[in-house]
Amino acid sequence: MSVSTRRTIFIAGARDTIPMIIGAIPFGILFGTLGISAGLSWWAIMGMSLFVYAGSSQFVAASLVSQGVGGIVIVITTFVVNLRHGLYAASLGGYLSGLPRRWLLPMGFSLTDETYAVVIKRFELDGDIDGRRWYYAGSACLMYGNWQVCTVLGMLFGQRLQHFGDLGLEFAMVVTFIGIIVPLIRTYPMLLCAIVASGVSVVFNFLPHKLGLFAGAIAGISIGLLLHRYFPPANSSLVERSVSDD
Amino acid sequence: MTDLEQILLIVGMMVVTFGVRYPILSLSGRVALPNWLKTALSYVPVAVLSALSAPILLMPEGQLDIAIDNEYLLAGLFSIAVAALSKNLLLTIASGMVLFLCLRFLF
Repeated sequence: MSVSTRRTIFIAGARDTIPMIIGAIPFGILFGTLGISAGLSWWAIMGMSLFVYAGSSQFVAASLVSQGVGGIVIVITTFVVNLRHGLYAASLGGYLSGLPRRWLLPMGFSLTDETYAVVIKRFELDGDIDGRRWYYAGSACLMYGNWQVCTVLGMLFGQRLQHFGDLGLEFAMVVTFIGIIVPLIRTYPMLLCAIVASGVSVVFNFLPHKLGLFAGAIAGISIGLLLHRYFPPANSSLVERSVSDD
Repeated sequence: MTDLEQILLIVGMMVVTFGVRYPILSLSGRVALPNWLKTALSYVPVAVLSALSAPILLMPEGQLDIAIDNEYLLAGLFSIAVAALSKNLLLTIASGMVLFLCLRFLF
């Protein structure tokens, strides 16, 4: 693969991540703000963004620090909040087999909700491993850079940027997820999977540490797996399949 | 928190987060997965992204809000329709955001 092709794919990965960036900006700024008011040092806030790089768990950690909760409890909570990344990793691993460790290490480090959502769509279509890794790199680099910039902005100007949270920018993230999910729903088991995952996640939303989200995901996968066995997708397609489909 | 406590906190958070992400990513590409697990994994994107989105659409303020003035829900349903009909990601995002911002700031 030529350098210019790689560059094109890298840029495509970054470009497709832009809606996620818009959604992540208020979260990054809010994290920087929250970290300061929780009493964390500036270098510790920056260190979390640079070395942990997991938005929702950083949020939870900052709020637990402000409540005076001990470090061990915060680390355990972080583990629980980030369990869903294990699902992403299992889902992506098969598409990345054969890549050397120097690629898998940074890919594992930078695996977030946003990058997963963007790359899984591409991975299902693009059979070329070289294309996959550069696309992933483009998405992850932009997402990572944006998170660092927003953390700094939040620490510096947090008090003045508070209204950023009111703009509803997280809708950019949700609408992107919708645009990715809906075309994937081509069978009844997949449709039921989406409905059950949504319902369970809403019902158990009161649970701490994003456990409602985790419960929803597990419930959706289980119902999909169960129905898949009894209603093979070939016989339960929601749409008339044409030759050019997929 | 003291400086040392903050350093230990960051190291601990880094270890558990990376410890969830990397080993599974690296292993699942190397070992042959049983068929049922492959099937289960094919449901992961839809299940996780639905579970992430639904609470934001249905309970933007933290409690269930199924009402005509919930702009998240209205714009979300509209986007689902656009995505189903067009299968076009950019069109879905652009039209959904325009409707959402209009509902939010014009009404």
